Parts: sequence; C-alpha cells; structure tokens
Amino acid sequence: MTQTNHIGKAPNRVDGPLKVAGTAHYSGEFNVPHLAYGYVVSSPIAKGKVVAIHADEVRALPGVLEVFSHENVPYLAWFDKSYKDQIAPGGSPFRPLHSPDITFNQQPVALVVADTFELARYAAALLRIDYEQEDHETNLETKRTEGYAPGGGKTGFQAPPPPRGNPDKALKNATHSIEAEYAHGAQHHNPMELFTTTVEWRGDGKITAYDKTQGVYNVKNYLMGVFGLGKDEVRVVNQFMGGGFGAGLRPQYSVFMAVLATLELKRSVRVTLTRQQMFSIGHRPNTLQLLKMGTNPDGTLASLQHHALHETSQFEDYTENIVNWSGMLYQCENVKLGYQLAKLDIYSPQDMRAPGAASGNVGLEVAMDEMAYAAGLDPLEFRLRNYADRDQNVDKPFSSKKLRECYKQAAAKFGWETRTQKPRSMRANGKLRGMGMGGGVWDATQTKSAAKALISADGKLTVRSATGENGTGTYTIMTQIAAETLGLPLEAVTFELGDTDQPEAPIQGGSWTAASVGTAVKNACDALGEKILKLAQKPADSPLKDAKYDEVEFVNGQLRLRLDHDQAVVLRDVLQASGETQLEADSSALPNMLKQQGYSMHSHNVAFAEVEVDEDLGTIKVTRVVSAVAAGRILNQKTARSQVLGSVVWGLGMALMEETVMDHKFGRYVNHNFAEYHIPVNADIPHIDVIFVHEDDDIVNPLGVKGIGEVGMLGVTAAIANAVFHATGKRVRDLPIMLDKLL
Amino acid sequence: MSQLLTRAPASGGLPAPVPTGPVRLHINGETQTLQLAPWTSLLDALREYAHLTGTKKGCDHGQCGACTVLVNGRRINSCLTLAVMHEDDDITTIEGLGTPDNLSPLQQAFVDHDAFQCGYCTPGQICSAQGLLNEGRAHSEAEIKELMSGNLCRCGAYVGILDAVSEVANSQGEMVK
Repeated sequence: MTQTNHIGKAPNRVDGPLKVAGTAHYSGEFNVPHLAYGYVVSSPIAKGKVVAIHADEVRALPGVLEVFSHENVPYLAWFDKSYKDQIAPGGSPFRPLHSPDITFNQQPVALVVADTFELARYAAALLRIDYEQEDHETNLETKRTEGYAPGGGKTGFQAPPPPRGNPDKALKNATHSIEAEYAHGAQHHNPMELFTTTVEWRGDGKITAYDKTQGVYNVKNYLMGVFGLGKDEVRVVNQFMGGGFGAGLRPQYSVFMAVLATLELKRSVRVTLTRQQMFSIGHRPNTLQLLKMGTNPDGTLASLQHHALHETSQFEDYTENIVNWSGMLYQCENVKLGYQLAKLDIYSPQDMRAPGAASGNVGLEVAMDEMAYAAGLDPLEFRLRNYADRDQNVDKPFSSKKLRECYKQAAAKFGWETRTQKPRSMRANGKLRGMGMGGGVWDATQTKSAAKALISADGKLTVRSATGENGTGTYTIMTQIAAETLGLPLEAVTFELGDTDQPEAPIQGGSWTAASVGTAVKNACDALGEKILKLAQKPADSPLKDAKYDEVEFVNGQLRLRLDHDQAVVLRDVLQASGETQLEADSSALPNMLKQQGYSMHSHNVAFAEVEVDEDLGTIKVTRVVSAVAAGRILNQKTARSQVLGSVVWGLGMALMEETVMDHKFGRYVNHNFAEYHIPVNADIPHIDVIFVHEDDDIVNPLGVKGIGEVGMLGVTAAIANAVFHATGKRVRDLPIMLDKLL
Repeated sequence: MSQLLTRAPASGGLPAPVPTGPVRLHINGETQTLQLAPWTSLLDALREYAHLTGTKKGCDHGQCGACTVLVNGRRINSCLTLAVMHEDDDITTIEGLGTPDNLSPLQQAFVDHDAFQCGYCTPGQICSAQGLLNEGRAHSEAEIKELMSGNLCRCGAYVGILDAVSEVANSQGEMVK
C-alpha cells in the first residue's frame, strides 16, 4: 500500500482552514500603510457626453485628495493594442476616464479619492456632473434584422462550421419537424466578492496590485501597456479570489482606477466597486435563438438548424461559441448553424460560466425535448438514437466519450423509467410533477503553463505557478499532483499561486487549469525528480545505479525501482547526503499537438431534474437533480463534486430566477442588486446526486483530466425547463421560467 | 435628440464631513477603542479600522449575509448597523470562533463537507450557522435550509453547508428529524 497516491482521492481542501477561519486574504484585505480610498462615480445615462464635472466643490472638502476624470487623467497609451488583454474581443477596448463620451449606462466617469472610504463615498455622492443625453438603444428586439457575423473574435472563438448536407431540403422532407425560438435575458456573474484592488505604492514608481482577477499576468501586461510601466515596476497578486465565473478574466476598471490614483498620488489606494457597479463589468448577453429540427421515420435526426443572435457593445465584438455544439452533440447529416451579433448602447458582454455553451445548450436541449415529443419518443430514447460517435463538425473521433454511460447511470439513479411520457400525467404532494433531462458538451483544453518546484534538505516541497484559486480547488489539486509525483505526504507540500513573481500560467478559465497548470506542476516535479535521482546515484553502492528516470518511482518518501521495490533509498537521506540546502527545477507544459491532431477532445454530461409545480400559484420547486459527468480523470472527488453541485445551482438559477432586466427608457439595469437579481438560496436547492463516469484518456494531456468547472452546468437548465413542460404541458421558451409565465 | 442633465449646486456650500470620536467595542473578547465617524458601519469598522477582514462585504445593503457577525450572541448583518450603536456590545467575528490551527466544530464541519468553494461567503455562513445554533431553532433539515437562506453563496455550496450545519446540530442534540 502506498500512502502517497493522492490523485483521485477526496482529501479536504488544503486552504480550507484559512477560508473557514477568515484568514485567507482577498484583494481588499491587505493592510497597506497610509492607504487612501477611491470611490467610483457611474454615469446615469446610457449615451451622450459629460459636459462638466464640478470637481472643485468636492476637492475642497477636508480629507478629499483628488477627483480623477477625463479632464485630468494624464497622457496614457494611445493605441488600442495597449488596452487589449489576452482575451479581448475584436474592436476597441473600453478606456476608463479617457473621453467625455458616454457609451453605456453606469460607465465610470470619475474616481473620488479620500483619506477614508466613508469620505470618498460621501464626496462621490456630492459630485455634480452635467451630462448631455442622447437617444440610446438597448433593446435587442429592435436589432433582429441588423445582426452581423463578427469578423475575428476573441481567443477561443470559432465561427460556426459551414452547413453540411442539405438542411433545408431534409427539413422539408422530414417525418416530423419543429421550429421554435428561445430567449434569455442578460445575466450577471455576481461573485460574492466585490471587484476590489489594493495598490501598494512601493516608491520609485513601483507598485504591487492586489487585484481581484482570474489572471495576474493578464492584468500585469495590461497595466504595463496602459501605464507604460516596466516589468519590474508592477507586480500583480491574487492568492484568493472570492468567485470569478468569468467576471475576472479581463482586467476590470477597478484595477485601472486604483493604479491610476496610486501613480498620480504616489500613495497606496484601494478601490472597491459597489454591488450595483458589479452590473457594469460584463455579463452573459441577452440572446435569441431559432431552432429547426426534423426527424426521419426511425427517430433519427434528419435536419438540425440553430441560429443565434446576441447583443454586444458599440465598441467591441464580444463573441462566444453558442451554436457550434449543436453540430457535434448529436449525429445528423444535414446541419446549418448561424451566429450573429447586434450592437447596442451597453457595456461589452463577458464570458460567464460555460459561455456560449450554457446559452446554446438551452436552445438545443429544449428543442430536442420538443422534437422528441413531436416524434412520439421518450426524450432519453430520442437522444440514444442520435448518439454521436464522431465529432461531425471536424470529422474526427472523440479522444474519449462516455456520454452513453452517463445517460445509463444517471437515468438509473434518477428512476427515469418511472416517468410517464404524457405531460400533466404525474402528480405528487398535491402538485403537478415533472421530469426532464438535458445534456451537454464542453471543450477539453490545455494551454501553455509553467511551474517551479523546490525541495529543501528536510524533504519539504514547494511548487509555484501564477495560476488562480477562485474556489475551484487549485491549491488542493496541485498539492495532490506534486505530492504524488514525488511520493510525499500532502503535509510536506506547499503550492503557491497568484503572483507575477512566479512562473507564468494562463488566465483561469475555460476549465483548462487542471489540465494546463497540473501538467506543468507534474513536469516541474519530474524535472526535480530527475535531479534527485542523479544525486541518489552518486554513491558507488547506490541501489539505483544505472536506473533511468522512467525505471524508478517516488513512493512513501522513498525513491525505488519500479520493478524491484527493495532497491530503494529514502528521499530525505538523499537530500541530506547531497549537502545541498535546496534543489529546484523549472518546467513548462504545452499540449501535445501531434498526438491530439486526429481527435476531438470534449467533456460531456447529462442532468435529470424533477420539479413540482403548484398549479394554483404557478410556483416551481425543483425536488431532485441527478447529474452525471464524463470528464476524464477526476483529481479530487470532493472538490470536483463541489464544482458540479455548484454548476447545478447555476443551472437552476438560469432556469428559474436569473435575469438582469433592462429599463429601455433609461437604458439601465433596474434590478442591479442582490435583492432583485435573484440567485438561488439554500432553501431553493434540492438533493443533488453527482456521478462521475471515469474516462481513460491519454490524448488530452498526461494527467488525463478534462476540467470540470463548466460542463456540469450544461443540461441542467434545459432539464428543469423540460421538467416544467412535463409537469404542466406549458412550454416556456423564454428564461427564466417565473410563475407568471405558467399562469 | 439630446437633452441636458444637470444638478443645482447645494445652497450654502457642501456640508462638511462629520468628525470622528472614540468608540469602544469588545471584539472577540478584546476591548478596542477605535476612532470612528458616526456614519461608519460596523462592517467597515471591523474590516478597515480593526483590520479584522474575516468579515466580508458582498453587497453593503443587507442582501447577501457575507458580513454576518454575532452581537451579544445574535447574528446580524454588520453592514446594516453603525459601529457607534455597539459601544460596549460583545461582538464575535469569524476570527473569534476559531483559528486555522484550532477550528470550531462548525468550521471543521465546513472543511470536512467542503461547504464552500471560493470561501468568501463562508465566514458569514459560519457566523450565521453559529447564531442559528444559539437560537435553538435548527430542528430539521428544512428549517436549517430556510433559516440559512439569508446567506447567499454564489459558488452554490448549499448542499455542503446543509450537511455541515446538520452534523454540528446533531452532535449538539439539536435535530429532531
């Protein structure tokens, strides 16, 4: 038995004690001496210009240090490229305090800096600004015929593949067919932690920015570009992030503001957005989808057509992959996919948990349910008849795909066989009962990452990589990987992250962190292991003499021959005998393109949901959810399960609650707070079963992991929407499904 | 069409900010005298003046529960109350319930059940759960879910939170069913 096999187990989070004791430090919690506070002033109009800022009135208040606006911001970078971050979409990035022009409601127009937070807030409230208001347009409905195909798009965007087969003819000749439009409004990430940046002035033009971000290097590069700072002049740190969900992928205006004020005042400054301002930093876009489907007599798909239109800002072409998934989740020879944007006077949308897929999945999976009913088939049976063994978008086999097994296990756990097909045919507890299902697909991606590993003579291992911890369990899984690679107990390993003084890691998104940084961590530990092996082979009587690295293994604090466990040395003895106080190794990891080029690499899932609907009141209660996920190898059963549980909660929120409502008269979100933007609370959440279907996949990456943070959200929303139809016989196609839509 | 949007200046100039004064608070068993303006919330007093950042700000409007602390044993949203109103009150924050090396039963149960992800709402959840246990009202899972619903968790760790609170409530003989 080995005690140092950690991967795939369920250890507690290594950062758990810090989080539950309140001693994990988030970006607004660094106690920097002589700190000033900035408070952002937001535009109340959606379009127009600032004509006057009466800044002198508040500058005169004792304790107010400065009012920054476009009127007094120093000369900053001129070209757009200086403002483009790693995942900036096409167009011109928003430049805070750059000009008097207002291009969206809640646009930051000034920053008031004062000695205390309360004073800055007070002065900001008193600051008089005159605006010239112009007519705006914020309603996507008015742009139905003005959609356009984006030219480029951000990293990771793929224009829909060209049509295959003859989708229109196949639809016309189909035995059964459906056509329907699906819609959802804007949704906001709303991580619990407010966007906050504490910038420490270190003198001589040098700063450290403790910033809420999912990518410290992304922010560092942005700050260098915008403020003309040198590599050594700016360090960005984020050791704990109070939730991101995509909101922290791009540098937000809070970090711009805090750095601007710090450099100008030569004093440390903290800027914290309000919850209301958290609705001005990007969102899942308001989206309209048109689905057309037809079936052959045997229940196979004859034609599948999926078109999406969503909003973007006037200045950027925000893109996401909404419809492409529809060409790969099911087998169909005749497919047409379309994707368009429309410009409105709003801020640019921003990737939000399973961007694109979460939206497109609702259209596809509700349409699949409608199609199943039209064809007289059980929704699960209908999906099995259309199971895709190849990714037809790219005409490649999947590196691994155990969706069929997900269907089987989840259906059995859920008791799908007890469901009667007819809507309104099931009742329980005096209510209508409904059962629905939906599934999804998400990318398995690996991106370039680097890590450093150091081991001290007493056998303590430290591994560093500038990735992030926003609740996904990064600290824990990297500790597991490092400890297992070098045969150490978890307690002997410290993983450090979120600091631009560490080797570079990609922004934390796309569910690629485990695959990308995990591989880099493993490689760095292996590089260190090779050094340790060389040291172990120095003594003439070494039992490992002449052994190659792949012939040895690190287990239980020992280094031993794989084929003869008695030929072993104690790791700590090797280190101490070497006379070195510390050994270190750097490594980076890239995807193995050669190995991967013949495959489509994806994770899959299915969710089954049960609802009870009170027919008199229209209230919907989700009573059970079973979610099965096939995402390669699971590194930590406990943290991975939590990610899927959280994803189910997100899917429930999207189905029944979440919508940021625009008042088109003012071009302003009206429910921009937690009282009116509803997210699920504890009482909303039913019993949830999570099943992981293991996949062996050595093509995706050496660890065989596919990422788990986003795929689990797919299917859930549609499953609930489909369950509501099954319960009530009413098909609601615009989310969220609130009680008024059922009455 | 464009129109001008303006606001008239305040007559008689801007009202001066309010002065500060000493406020004596008993926080986690220690008496601290902080120099505070009357408009400083208990939450900001804890975070920005006493540098006890375990108590979190999630909305500043009493809508999310991240700032929950115990005042004389009762759970309250510290953003909705002013520090000056708590002269001589006993305030317990997450730092007063336990330390990383010596966790309280609730804190340990949260770790064991993975009742959080990002950890930002967690101190508020735990203080709220402690308040709930103090109230003696946690008699069933349904009650725990209802009475913990003032604390939002965007990571969606509600299943773990329920399990953690139930475990401690059970161990204290609270649960009936």
